[in-house]
Amino acid sequence: MTAPGSGPARPVLSVRGLRKVFGDHVALDGVDLDVHEGEVVVVLGPSGSGKSTLVRCVHQLESVDGGAAYLDGELLGYEQHRGHLRPLPEARVARQRRRMGMVFQQFNLFPHWTVLRNITEAAVKVHGQRPEEARRRAVELLERTGLADKHQAHPKQLSGGQQQRVAIARAVATDPRIMLFDEPTSALDPELVDEVLSVVRDLARTGMTMVVVTHEMDFAREVADRCVFMDRGRVVEVGTPQEVFEAPRSPRLQAFLTRFAQRQQRADAAAPAV
Amino acid sequence: MTLLSGDASMTTTHPAPDPAVQERPPDDVAAARPRFRPGRWLLGAVLLVVGAQLATFLVGNERFEWDVVGEYLFHPTVLQGLGMSVMLTVIAMVVGSALGVVLAAGQLSDFGPVRWASTLYVGVFRGIPPLVQLIFWYNLAFLVPDVSIGIPFGPTFASWSANEVITPLTAALIGLTLHEAAYMAEIVRAGILAVDPGQRDAARAMGFNGRQAFFKVVLPQAMRVIIPPTGSQFISLLKGTSLVSVIAMSDLLHSVQVIYNRTYDVIPMLVVACIWYLTVVTVLSLGQKRLERHFGRGHDRTATVAGGRRRPRLGLAGARA
Repeated sequence: MTAPGSGPARPVLSVRGLRKVFGDHVALDGVDLDVHEGEVVVVLGPSGSGKSTLVRCVHQLESVDGGAAYLDGELLGYEQHRGHLRPLPEARVARQRRRMGMVFQQFNLFPHWTVLRNITEAAVKVHGQRPEEARRRAVELLERTGLADKHQAHPKQLSGGQQQRVAIARAVATDPRIMLFDEPTSALDPELVDEVLSVVRDLARTGMTMVVVTHEMDFAREVADRCVFMDRGRVVEVGTPQEVFEAPRSPRLQAFLTRFAQRQQRADAAAPAV
Repeated sequence: MTLLSGDASMTTTHPAPDPAVQERPPDDVAAARPRFRPGRWLLGAVLLVVGAQLATFLVGNERFEWDVVGEYLFHPTVLQGLGMSVMLTVIAMVVGSALGVVLAAGQLSDFGPVRWASTLYVGVFRGIPPLVQLIFWYNLAFLVPDVSIGIPFGPTFASWSANEVITPLTAALIGLTLHEAAYMAEIVRAGILAVDPGQRDAARAMGFNGRQAFFKVVLPQAMRVIIPPTGSQFISLLKGTSLVSVIAMSDLLHSVQVIYNRTYDVIPMLVVACIWYLTVVTVLSLGQKRLERHFGRGHDRTATVAGGRRRPRLGLAGARA
């Protein structure tokens, strides 16, 4: 397998035939995906379709069983050695991870640190930023996410939406090449979803390259440059939001959208009229 | 007679509130008075009597010979023994904890041989009574006459007679430390397993390497689970040092034994030992409380700095405060 093409059009993230197996369950069954500079790719699909596994594998949080992923043309997690591939040592994997930002479904803020330290610690200790510089940057990021008064709070004192906004600031603070979002609003109470999505939306407007795994259809329609629909570990359909939502070609995507529309209708019917 | 008849009595004893008939102010539970709880008064009285009897026994029984206790409490031999016990405890605890962290990491390793070796160590050293281990180490010279440093199966660089190396002090230190390491390994392992796996993911996602992720993120959170049983371990280790008196190590117990073998003041001297053990244990417990508060920060939604204890009030009246 050769590295994807170089030159100005080289994708930031490139996934080729990625496979991941849990026991006898095939979570990823040969996934291909390119994400270009400044592009926002939203990954949709039913539960268990492999969306989360995809971003976790790209971020090297899970071992991969086949295929390859490249960041700026550099093979992730492995290296060529005497005509074979062999795994990279832990320290070099860590160095590759530093170029990617990850936001988790369960936020995973460090509960023993203040909000400010959550954001600055990696920037200072891993990326070598000067402490006062990292601090200034963190305060600025918190202001942008509307949490300026929370920097001395501990994560457990914040609401879920606030925690997730801090988690996004934490990932952005290290200037990643690409941001990976693993269902960032799935663990939130419905009324807290919008505050998180608006931060993600603002981030997209700054030109950040992003992969967002989500169930929020309206968000996908609005923010995505491209939508990827996955089912049973495969990419079934890729296209602009318009193509995917208005003119789904595959029966599986059609069924998925129908199910979603029905649920939406039920929710609208149940909600009191405004 | 029947259960159903309760219906009628319920309506008569608890009439529905009717403002026209009733002339009392609206119900407000804030003005409620505590119930009278006879069981608690009885229990309190029993405890009071037992306490009084115990006090009379301690003060009234002259065989305690409190004057002898006072005379020997700060006796140089006793204080030296106390110092030895505390020193053994601290060294065995510090080295044992460090070894325990390594063993715990080994037990959680994904490299089979390391995992098996660590598990075997913990199994063996936790399974043999510490008293047996102490005597065993003390008699090591019977098994290994010479102790040497060199390349395994190759040349040796230095060699000592085991009889010179294994003094009561080294035997006590080796025995207590190795035993302690096995227990600490299990405590640390449980602490590490209690940390949410998402924390490790997040630490790696932030670009921390394995060591940074462990020492910055996992271990500080594991400490919250590790500290309480470690405090108990510290206390049992201090008490466990009394075992070394069997290998003629001059710890606190051995020191008072030396004195009462000469003076025959057995009970007063044991009371002296008890007082010192309790004193040190109390100091350790206070230290443990402080540590728990330190590592508990960030796990409380309300208070992070103030360490106010929230203990349910158990008054005689049982009021719900």
